Amino acid sequence: MYAEGKAVCIGSDIDTDLIIAGRYLRTKDRSLWAEHVFEDLDPALRKRLNGAVIVAGKNMGCGSSREQAVIALKEAGVKAVIAPSFARIFFRNAINIGLPVLEAEVACDEGMIVQFDIDAGWVESHGVRFAIRPLSPRMRSILHAGGLVPYWRARQ
Amino acid sequence: MGTLSERILGGSAGDFVDRKVDRAYVHDGTGVLTLMALREMGAHVVTPARFHVIFDHIVPANTSLTADLQSELRTFAQEQGMCFSDVGNGICHQLMGEGEVLPGEVVAGADSHTCTLGAFGAFATGMGATDLAGIWASGATWFRVPETIAIRLHGELTGAAEPKDVALQYVSLLGMEGATYRAIEFIGTGAATIPMHGRLTLCNMAVESGAKTGMFFADAVTTAYLRGFGKFADMQETEPCTYEREISIDLGAVRPLVAVPPRVDTVKNAAALAGTAIDQVFVGTCTNGRFEDLARFAHIVKGKQVKVRTIVVPASRTVLERLEREGHLGTIIRSGCVIGPAGCGPCLGAHMGVIGKGEVCLSTANRNFSNRMGVGGAIYLSSVATAAVSALNGEITEPEADDVR
Repeated sequence: MYAEGKAVCIGSDIDTDLIIAGRYLRTKDRSLWAEHVFEDLDPALRKRLNGAVIVAGKNMGCGSSREQAVIALKEAGVKAVIAPSFARIFFRNAINIGLPVLEAEVACDEGMIVQFDIDAGWVESHGVRFAIRPLSPRMRSILHAGGLVPYWRARQ
Repeated sequence: MGTLSERILGGSAGDFVDRKVDRAYVHDGTGVLTLMALREMGAHVVTPARFHVIFDHIVPANTSLTADLQSELRTFAQEQGMCFSDVGNGICHQLMGEGEVLPGEVVAGADSHTCTLGAFGAFATGMGATDLAGIWASGATWFRVPETIAIRLHGELTGAAEPKDVALQYVSLLGMEGATYRAIEFIGTGAATIPMHGRLTLCNMAVESGAKTGMFFADAVTTAYLRGFGKFADMQETEPCTYEREISIDLGAVRPLVAVPPRVDTVKNAAALAGTAIDQVFVGTCTNGRFEDLARFAHIVKGKQVKVRTIVVPASRTVLERLEREGHLGTIIRSGCVIGPAGCGPCLGAHMGVIGKGEVCLSTANRNFSNRMGVGGAIYLSSVATAAVSALNGEITEPEADDVR
């Protein structure tokens, strides 16, 4: 599963409240979450997310279990999230929604091209290739299917 | 042989296992998405009696849109024969801890603070809405058996210190991601001295250090508590096992602490922050909204007046009723506090106690992220006793042993 995108750099310990605030959760309208993504961190970020690869610091997605946070990122056009470590609920949610999450330590330059291959297990930028912590075969299958919902449907 | 997680999940640390889920729950915030995912999967609820739908996050509904979403989920849960709890009955983690969850069970909740229920010696962990839809549809899910960090407790709490102060201390020792992907087990002679409500507080904050769950061994305290709800359970024996890491806390040395915004692991002595101005005090939540917490609050404010607006929210209707029966509710009302309906209250900044730009709230909750309770507001986190004396003084104040006597 190969893809590439332009890096958007964010810091460490970015909590899911900062990705999508509690005041926007009560809706079924996924586009609303994309519209308000990162609003309390930096409202200007949203415009750079389409086709982007987010390169975050450690403990990405900590805090609330709200799946709206990963949905907001996916709906905003984010192709993948890379971080040296993820909060575990955010990590599971991302797999379930079909948003690739890659555990690797990558120095981030805003706008640099980031390439990755989930199955081969690497991420590359500035010509340097980093190994990612391998996903389980089931996590990869769910990602390939596009998330847990299509994965489930295909197996019934 | 093994850690509690290894024994309950049936595997060794690092293994991926498929496991039947004994209890699963969602709330009004996550349940709507769970229902959407279930419908998109084209699946059905397999064992509704094991699944709880509990309204606690925005209760009663604040807008027409919230009301519509709640109405849809309420109808679904009732039609399916799921265990449904409507507005005002209380916080999901509290209700599941009032005689529902038993030692040794596997519990999944669509809320990060599901780890609270590890206090009963259950493996209880938070997940997202779509994971819960998979559990509704199959009754099971996959887990990675976690490595375990032991927190060895010695001695006994003294003075005005509370289990919440111990929680703030261990989160600051581990850091916000110090236990990511891991379980925490609270062990040692000090663990037995912590009553059930305090164990729930300690396990509740496990996720603030990134942990999958926090756990106590079921002992005489656990079984006596559960008997109060008509449930009988066996105690859990300790076994030789391998902990990834062990940290020690001397309960006798724990002082009242405060987490400084915007990080829960930036913790200072309450004394060092004395005099910090506050605009609001919030007492309640799945961390500190239990009967013993609010009775302690009532004891401290009895016959006095709070100097800043103070919102008190019981964690459940059972808590509220007992407060009323034992005279504490009147005490809290007469001290000038606002009483909210049982639920999460303003913790997540969605309604009923949102703070304004530049305002400061001292809260007994578990999170002080930037903007969480309102854009531009700041949140300090403390114990109930610190919140109570600070409410009386209108500024952060360290509670003394005499305040809680």
